[in-house]
Amino acid sequence: MSPRPGFVLEVDRSTPPTMFWNGEGFVLERLPEGSRVIYAPEPLEPLADPVGAIRHALVHPLGDSEPLPALLRPGMRLTICFDDVSLPLPPMRAPDVRQLVIEQVLDMAAQAGVDDVVLVAALALHRRMTEAELRHALGDRIYEAFAPHGLLTQHDAEDPENLVFLGHTDKGEEVELNKRAATSDLLVYVNINLVAMDGGHKSVATGLASYRSLRHHHNPRTMQHSRSFMDAPSSELHSSNWRMGRLIAEAGVKVFQIETTLNTDTFPSQFAFLQKREWEWNLRDRATFAATAGALERTPARVARQIFHAIRSPHAMASVQAGEVEAVHEVTTANVWRQQGVEVQGQSDIVTMGLPYICPYNVNSIMNPILVACLGLGYFFNMYRGKPLVREGGVAVLRHPTPWAFHPGHHPSYIDFFEQVLTETTDPVDMHKRFEESFATDPWYVHLYRTGHAYHGVHPFYMWYWCAHALQHLGRVIVVGGDPRAVRRLGFSPASTLDDALEMATDVVGRSPTLTHLHAPPLLMADVR
Amino acid sequence: MKALVVERSVPRFAAARVASAFGSGRGAGIGPLRLTDRDAPPLPGPGWHRVRPVLSGICGSDLATLDGRSSRYFEDLVSFPFVPGHEVLGVLDEPAAGAGGETLAAGTRVVIEPVLGCAARGIEPPCAACAAGQVGGCRHTAFGHLRPGLQTGYCADTGGGWSEAGLVAHHSQIHPVPGELSDADAVTVEPVACAVHAAMAAAVREGDVVAVLGAGTVGLATTAALAHLGATGRLARPGALLVGARYPVQRQLAEELGATSALPADQLGRAVRRATGSLVVGRAGRLTGGADVVFDCAGNAASLEQSLSLVRPRGQVVLVGMPGRVHVDLAPLWHREVTLTGAYAYGTEQAGRRRAVRSFELAMEVAAALGTGRLVSATYPLDRFEEAIAHAGAAGRRGGVKVAFDLRDAKGRAR
Repeated sequence: MSPRPGFVLEVDRSTPPTMFWNGEGFVLERLPEGSRVIYAPEPLEPLADPVGAIRHALVHPLGDSEPLPALLRPGMRLTICFDDVSLPLPPMRAPDVRQLVIEQVLDMAAQAGVDDVVLVAALALHRRMTEAELRHALGDRIYEAFAPHGLLTQHDAEDPENLVFLGHTDKGEEVELNKRAATSDLLVYVNINLVAMDGGHKSVATGLASYRSLRHHHNPRTMQHSRSFMDAPSSELHSSNWRMGRLIAEAGVKVFQIETTLNTDTFPSQFAFLQKREWEWNLRDRATFAATAGALERTPARVARQIFHAIRSPHAMASVQAGEVEAVHEVTTANVWRQQGVEVQGQSDIVTMGLPYICPYNVNSIMNPILVACLGLGYFFNMYRGKPLVREGGVAVLRHPTPWAFHPGHHPSYIDFFEQVLTETTDPVDMHKRFEESFATDPWYVHLYRTGHAYHGVHPFYMWYWCAHALQHLGRVIVVGGDPRAVRRLGFSPASTLDDALEMATDVVGRSPTLTHLHAPPLLMADVR
Repeated sequence: MKALVVERSVPRFAAARVASAFGSGRGAGIGPLRLTDRDAPPLPGPGWHRVRPVLSGICGSDLATLDGRSSRYFEDLVSFPFVPGHEVLGVLDEPAAGAGGETLAAGTRVVIEPVLGCAARGIEPPCAACAAGQVGGCRHTAFGHLRPGLQTGYCADTGGGWSEAGLVAHHSQIHPVPGELSDADAVTVEPVACAVHAAMAAAVREGDVVAVLGAGTVGLATTAALAHLGATGRLARPGALLVGARYPVQRQLAEELGATSALPADQLGRAVRRATGSLVVGRAGRLTGGADVVFDCAGNAASLEQSLSLVRPRGQVVLVGMPGRVHVDLAPLWHREVTLTGAYAYGTEQAGRRRAVRSFELAMEVAAALGTGRLVSATYPLDRFEEAIAHAGAAGRRGGVKVAFDLRDAKGRAR
């Protein structure tokens, strides 16, 4: 039986309460009659033979590319780059897709007699991965073969010795990349395409770039003109990366792109209710929900965080394709939409979202208030094609505890951003002009990024820019259940309950608003007609 | 007429000290301060005049005295019984000469420069400090024809501002108040003069990162002085003026008075680090660089320790808030060759093109330009002194800054 597609439920009197994610926990909320709830499609069947599918993709490339074995020869410099800890979410059960793919690439390289191979984690300005995270992503065998010899590296966007400037795009964008990757005879990029925005030229042009390069598309103007990031033809972020990608190719960098998609089998069996629609919960699901939600309410936040971050997702590979970047990505994007797309008719006055405990930037870390904003307004708001789920001037209601808490080792510049920038302005354009450069060049943040496990100094700005389109579009943002001080610092309105939030929203959208609830994760993409 | 008097009473000082453990100002009713009937003191000699107080502020040093927490250093520099109140706006009962040699008519509003230097003490020739106009450094504060007393408000012979009957002031202490200053502005002139003196004493250079720790009256006045004197070219203009303040109202006032940024005191270190591009050493978060100048406007062990952690190597810490006995690790001062400077009272400042000008003159300009009267949060009549002192002790927590006694009659208050 093929999996059921996504579904838009219209709430009526018989509809059971709807589950909202609430950070490290969940709550049931009763939505007004007539509200719509959008559910993700059920997980696609996983590839029956992932390794066989990978090998098939490598020897049957898409687009203008030779098979991988034909690109490999003795004496060549081969660099294998891979997505970092921000993907997938939650981290997947071992073996990770990256391990499966890289093992096959290495196998073919060995058969071809290639012995100059370096692995590079494509961090961009993200934090460096820990040894445990690298072992999880690559497997112990690869880690042990490369790391002790200095052949497993992490991209350092602040190491001038290991960057190379390739030129300007026709729009004047500077392209500066990891030198080892850009000067290799072949750059193999191993991607996990969790959402439609990932992959394509963005893999190399963003993942292996420096601040000098990234600032050309990670800025308020680009973000405000990306409607949405997930819809390539309407995304300025996409366009900029594509211009850079083409320049990279023109500069002679040979990229062999390997992209994978995952199904939406996101949570392990003990959390089976998270994968189901509420009216289909059986007695066991209801009991598990009640027990879990009740226990989490009594669990200290730190412990709850540890419990959730220990989750290893069962999601499985749904497709793999390799070859020339653009041809590969076209197929990948179609596969992402096949798994996540849900057709939705028209916008509503209010969109509600329950935000989970994790986003790309707090794996094994704290979801600080800036990341809450980014997950809600940067990611979930942008999970659309066509037009946003909420009309212009409408209201977004987010549910998350939004604690005033930061991981000092991972997010040091976020703390200063929260204390010193958001107290001055929440306008992305204003903060870009006044503060960005000083954070980007701050020697302490540079030091922590390069030697510790800290996100780059400029990263909180990027998280805020991620929200720029939503901030421009929405009439009001309300956070239910958040720390009121933290919520106000973000420029949003705090509410104690969903009912309060909906009452507050009437000031903006009138007395009889329409409402859509984005029931994610599992992730979905709304194709709004 | 009513006056508040501090008497030398060891049991009362001890009781006040115990009570102050529950909060500054909590011991006003059982401490050394008493409400009595008292006439104005006799004029000590020629050149002295009677001044009738209108508003008189409650200073941190007053609170320290009333809490029994004042340093024993001052024991020989005061004389009992004394009427406190050295932040005084008053009116002249009769025509008098002013500090600038001008003749002032009866009824003129004046502020008192309370330091009792050689001129007030009738000492001729004056000490070197007084001769140079630096009365704060007077070497004769316990000598001359007055009993000991650093200032009006600590001397048994002069009276103080917390009195309806009034005080006596030497003409060298009397400054007429310009018409543009409100009464509230005027009662802040004395603390603003202290702040002006501190700002002028510091080695601030153009573009320096300056931190102000503490945002009570002294901290806010220091912020105002640095901002105004920097903006008007009498001082180098700081590149960043960062103020650490405990309470929201203090942060708002600091920004109104010219701070680049005002933030909770526990965030000041990160703000200084950001502004100076410093690195951080160790878990204690010690900065490798730091602010060029730090003004410690709290004057306690924690603030001094924090000041030393915020200042750059070879930078300067200026103690503006009145300290007492403190236990502080001075290793960073030694290792980083930090200059620790005290800034007491006022004197003559070299402003702009080496023009000598009294601190009080500059303070009146700052008070007028920035409206420092906004710091006056509440006023009380003398007979509600216990409430007033308790309010002053908890001013920040209660959303205020400066508490003052209002000695005007109803008609005067209406004006």
